[in-house]
Amino acid sequence: MALSLEEVRRIAALARLRLTPEEERTFASQLSAILDHVAELRELDVTGVEPMTHALAGEGPDLRVDVLLPSLPPEEALANAPAREGTYFKVPRIIE
Amino acid sequence: MTAGTSDLTALSLREAGDRLAARAVSSRELVDAALARIAATDDRLGAFLAVVPERARAAAAAADARAATGARRSPLDGVPVAVKDLFATKGVPTTAGSRILEGWLPPYDSAAVERLEAAGAVVVGKLNMDEFAMGSSNENSAYKPCRNPWDLSRAPGGSSGGSAAAVAARQVHASLGTDTGGSIRLPASFCGVVGLKPTYGRVSRYGVVAFASSLDQVGPLARTVEDAALLLGTIAGHDPRDLTTSRRPVDDYLAPLEGGARGLRIGVPREWFQGGVDAGVERAVRGALATYERLGATLVEISLPHSRYGIAAYYLIAPAEASSNLARYDGVRFGLRAEAKGLKEMYAETRDHGLGAEPKRRIMLGTYALSAGYYDAYYLRAQKVRTLIRRDFDDAFRACDVVAGPVAPSAAFRLGEKTADPLQMYLADVFTITCNLAALPGLSVPCGLEGAGLPVGLQLIGRPFDEATLLRAARALEREAGPLPAPRALEEAVR
Repeated sequence: MALSLEEVRRIAALARLRLTPEEERTFASQLSAILDHVAELRELDVTGVEPMTHALAGEGPDLRVDVLLPSLPPEEALANAPAREGTYFKVPRIIE
Repeated sequence: MTAGTSDLTALSLREAGDRLAARAVSSRELVDAALARIAATDDRLGAFLAVVPERARAAAAAADARAATGARRSPLDGVPVAVKDLFATKGVPTTAGSRILEGWLPPYDSAAVERLEAAGAVVVGKLNMDEFAMGSSNENSAYKPCRNPWDLSRAPGGSSGGSAAAVAARQVHASLGTDTGGSIRLPASFCGVVGLKPTYGRVSRYGVVAFASSLDQVGPLARTVEDAALLLGTIAGHDPRDLTTSRRPVDDYLAPLEGGARGLRIGVPREWFQGGVDAGVERAVRGALATYERLGATLVEISLPHSRYGIAAYYLIAPAEASSNLARYDGVRFGLRAEAKGLKEMYAETRDHGLGAEPKRRIMLGTYALSAGYYDAYYLRAQKVRTLIRRDFDDAFRACDVVAGPVAPSAAFRLGEKTADPLQMYLADVFTITCNLAALPGLSVPCGLEGAGLPVGLQLIGRPFDEATLLRAARALEREAGPLPAPRALEEAVR
């Protein structure tokens, strides 16, 4: 199936990616080829088949008990922040 | 380099550990030999993204102090190893092969590194990889190419390309990688080393940069089956910080290792021998199967009718999960930030600068597969096909104990050969991917050289949590075939 340039732009916006016009064209053709390949899954009858939502049925997920455990101290958590103010991560203005 | 240090780097993990135990060598000497070997070869090989000599020498000194008082922690204590650059290492750069994590200094160690170091292993550096573990050739590394030590014009395989190349090239005695669709087994096959992807849930992923969380698994790469068994025993086990880890006790992988292949039922999937495999690869794989028969194993023809849908299911599931996992790279808490006026612009600018073509392609694909109106047709259907693939294996394991076949349709391909067409690159994983989708353990063990003198791996896939049988089967073949010769191309290039 062929993916249009508009669809490529719509997906890029959803994924917070900015593509150059050249990337849009490349992705439109490459993603169309990949989607053509994965379309072969339609050959299969999956009526009544449960999706494999957890890789090991019956093994988990094994939720931990809901108690307070030590976590990263604020200074360590903030040490890699590109921008910070006090004990906060700083981001550009959200509301104009 | 002196003959002495080159002898040291050629030791297996077990041999190095034995010499340390006998006080015939010090950890400092082993670490210095590894660092010298890396310094002499890595300009040509490109296996390392970071080397940490000071941290390694401090750890070696501590190991030597323990050895002096008879307090060695394990057979690994004092042996130099390295890990793929997506294992968080406290205070040591961890990039996942991506520019978006350039400069990130993790505030904690990953569980696997913690366990390695608790056993006394000395981490000497971080290994090259495809960006975010997305790729089959290591060519998607945002930093530099990694080469195959058997032929420097060829790919080491991916995504754990550095992990396989470094072990094959005697830079370290063993390494850790991760495998989401073949990323340990494929490079192990291409570089002629042993690579094991354990059962999903066997090894903690705490502190491992996530790619596709229902598929990712941590495993060892080593020069011998015994070394892979030693490493798996070290890193396996439940971890409350990774809710997907199993509480099952960890088997003793060493005790049954020399048990041989007699009586073993080896399933040979009809669908994996119906063309599409290079003649030299097929010859080596069939040779290994014949060896097993000679050793008293029985070959059983089996059918995995849905395995041909593996690539299609994988390339919906893995990108969908990746698009979600990679949403965290937003320039806010860590990693790269590109300056821009508003928040949305900052996100887009950051991700545009920080992410390479392959992660972008997979984020696009995954976002599409999960987007409104397409979820049922793509992601949900792929998850149902995954159930069918798992059922194929459940049926097969009623008639056999392990499944055997090629790791890949070809030996190592040339750098640049598949980069123009992503789908061709994806097809390199055609035989490895179903094992991940079915959450089973799989390994690659060298089974000879093909016509051009490149190594070929035999893939063995086992029942859930039956790594012990996989390793025993692999060891039986290794003992019979003997070790591969050391790769010569790198030696000639650095002479």
